[in-house]
Amino acid sequence: MRSDPPGESVRPDPTGKTHEASGRGRAAIVALIGNPNTGKTALFNALTGYRRHVANYPGVTVDVGRGRVRGVRTPMELLDLPGTYSLAAVSPDEMLVTNVTCGRVAGERRPDCILAIVDASNLPRNLYLISQLLELGLPIVIALNMVDIARSRGITVDCERLSQRLGITVIPVVATRKKTIPPLVEALERAVAGTPPPVLPDLPPKLVEESAALHDALEEGMQPAETLRVLLDRDGYAEQQFLERGGSPARVAEARGRLEQAGIDGPAAEVRARYKWINRILEGIISRPETPVRTWSDRMDRILTHKLGGAVLLLVVLYVVFESIFRWAGPLMETIDRAFAWLGAAATTLLPEGVLQSLVVDGIIGGIGGILVFLPQIVILFAFIAVLEDCGYMARAAYMVDRLMRSIGLSGRAFIPLLSSFACTIPAIMGTRVIADRRERFVTILIAPFMSCAARLPVYVLLISAFVPASAYLGGWVELQALVMLAMYLVGVVVAVPAAWLLKSTVFAGPSSGFFLELPSYKWPRLGAVWQRMYFGGRKFVINAGTVIFAVNLVVWALGYFPRSAATRVAVQQQAQALSWDEQRVEAELAGAYLRDSFLGRMGRAIEPAIEPLGWDWRIGVGVIASFPAREVVVATLGTIFNLGAEQGEGSVSLRTALKQAKRPGTNQPLFTLPVALSIMVFFALCAQCSATLVLIGKETGSWLWPLASFASMTTIAYLAALGVATAARAVGQWLW
Amino acid sequence: MLLASAPLSEMLRVTGVRAGGAIACRLMEMGLIEGALVQVVGRAPLGDPMRVRLGDYELSLRNAEAGLVDVTAI
Repeated sequence: MRSDPPGESVRPDPTGKTHEASGRGRAAIVALIGNPNTGKTALFNALTGYRRHVANYPGVTVDVGRGRVRGVRTPMELLDLPGTYSLAAVSPDEMLVTNVTCGRVAGERRPDCILAIVDASNLPRNLYLISQLLELGLPIVIALNMVDIARSRGITVDCERLSQRLGITVIPVVATRKKTIPPLVEALERAVAGTPPPVLPDLPPKLVEESAALHDALEEGMQPAETLRVLLDRDGYAEQQFLERGGSPARVAEARGRLEQAGIDGPAAEVRARYKWINRILEGIISRPETPVRTWSDRMDRILTHKLGGAVLLLVVLYVVFESIFRWAGPLMETIDRAFAWLGAAATTLLPEGVLQSLVVDGIIGGIGGILVFLPQIVILFAFIAVLEDCGYMARAAYMVDRLMRSIGLSGRAFIPLLSSFACTIPAIMGTRVIADRRERFVTILIAPFMSCAARLPVYVLLISAFVPASAYLGGWVELQALVMLAMYLVGVVVAVPAAWLLKSTVFAGPSSGFFLELPSYKWPRLGAVWQRMYFGGRKFVINAGTVIFAVNLVVWALGYFPRSAATRVAVQQQAQALSWDEQRVEAELAGAYLRDSFLGRMGRAIEPAIEPLGWDWRIGVGVIASFPAREVVVATLGTIFNLGAEQGEGSVSLRTALKQAKRPGTNQPLFTLPVALSIMVFFALCAQCSATLVLIGKETGSWLWPLASFASMTTIAYLAALGVATAARAVGQWLW
Repeated sequence: MLLASAPLSEMLRVTGVRAGGAIACRLMEMGLIEGALVQVVGRAPLGDPMRVRLGDYELSLRNAEAGLVDVTAI
């Protein structure tokens, strides 16, 4: 990158190889590269028929789409790389593009051909990246996309002449119209077998000379495009690579000195030269109307980003999104719950009682159901985010909130990842790779877990419906239960704000990298793109988090099941005889006794002194301990603890009743009072109980310090907050009554 | 004048970008380069960032960044 040391999560191949060897299969690799907002994904889908596989590079946690191009004789694999404005990368996303095109990603050979996608209504800026791609020495085809939108703005591009001047094929396409695709596919086939581009941008000759000299000095260790960056980007990534490959710093310094004497004082000279070349190439190619055409997009924009109206509308949009999630996700989650409860009941009748039955019903079926039940909330939120992003509104939202986010040290670009965290932190943290500023990205990653994810919702639903009175105010418009729910979501946000500010003022202090955001025209969101985003967000949750949750559930099951000593059974039976319990009562008491003596139960009793000030007893302690690796297991664990079996969902009336009736051991006082319920919810809101997230934080920050610090600090904050809430609620309760 | 304090809707031409640094470079790469035509189109609800029409597209940038760009009215 320009001025940053290498991003930890984008390590190039440490052996320094350029991967040219044809390892994987016989298909030619075509890299799809272009600016953001050029319809890249639509073109990818059009060429591969929506068949997208995820490429996982070691050390890179973003997914790069791969797919076979349809309708070609030579097998071709298309790589959907992140959008970038320049090969002089400023964010990890952009760095990936640079690394892939220079063959620096382990396990991926250098592309054989480049398919560059360009926005027809935005040609000059788009050509900047093209000017850099030409220098890579790879065959290249340009897809001039969105010619229909250009036409609606009165802009036409002379493709023939542009093609002649650049010396490469330029095909006008509309990615969403199938008829325009075959000529592009034909051009690709010719290019893959073809030659590198004949025309190069006019960079200052001295610059080209010095860059070539550096390239030769390294004996092909780096691409010429990279040695160019070595010269221009001081202390940048390329320079570090050069030094690592045995290049001498003296040589670089001397070369820079000579360039300065020739009037080339840095990257600015390169940028100017490129734009001069672009203007020369584009002369007479684009015809624009005298006065810019105001499209419906422009008119809508004036309304949507109006100073006051725009802000209000953003709040309304956010409200609608969250309200819809609760409305739609609720019934869906209940259906999944019931389906798995049915499965569990069926297995209970089919299997003989014992370890196997418990393992299958509570461990396996309960585990899988416990993962899938979260999909509706996650998928619905991602669908909303995908729609807002695809239609162009998200960019406006980021633009409007930037100033607010700046007060805590972040930028508008953190808005989408933080919003996504309300569904699941895993894809959200992966989405921070678009944030250029390393310090900002780290802070965003560290406060993302404070946003109440889908897994916390069942705890809120269960405890609120059981212990918060269903009163309504203002003639039924404001429900107390809904208010408390909102408060729980806000708890995370309220704590995240000072946390971010603190981090950005101390550990991550430093100047901001700036905030530039292109504001694309509005367009109708495409169903395919929305669906893909929903699918991949949900998939990341199920695979990354789901595997952990499943394993945790099994471990929790085992710890709560074993040991089942005969001594416990005998003791309970003796009590049963003495007090003449009926069979149901004996079953319940036996289950409770087993749990109390299990490993999990012992852990709960061990921490009882610590949680007593919060009003919790060992059973709540067990629930909390069990949730540390994955908070998704808490409701099922509570079901087991209160003797109902793990198939209880948060909507279960019997679980609610059981909680309401639970008494403190040895007394007749209810265990769950409102202060206790509130303190439990606040604890869950703030505690880092997701090992999948902690692992991802470690990968993305490149250090195990951060997940550890995150876990320790969030647990401490959660404990103190729960303590505060419990004490305050009790004090208020006493004062009121 | 600086782009940061330029009036709304007037057609402006960029005369220079100050300082070196990664921010200035990215501004130039995005098209804010000597001779480019730019127009301030609006500002966010809190006054910052601002929104400009740069050639054929719209870009939002902070006042601090816009303060690096010298423009003249046409």
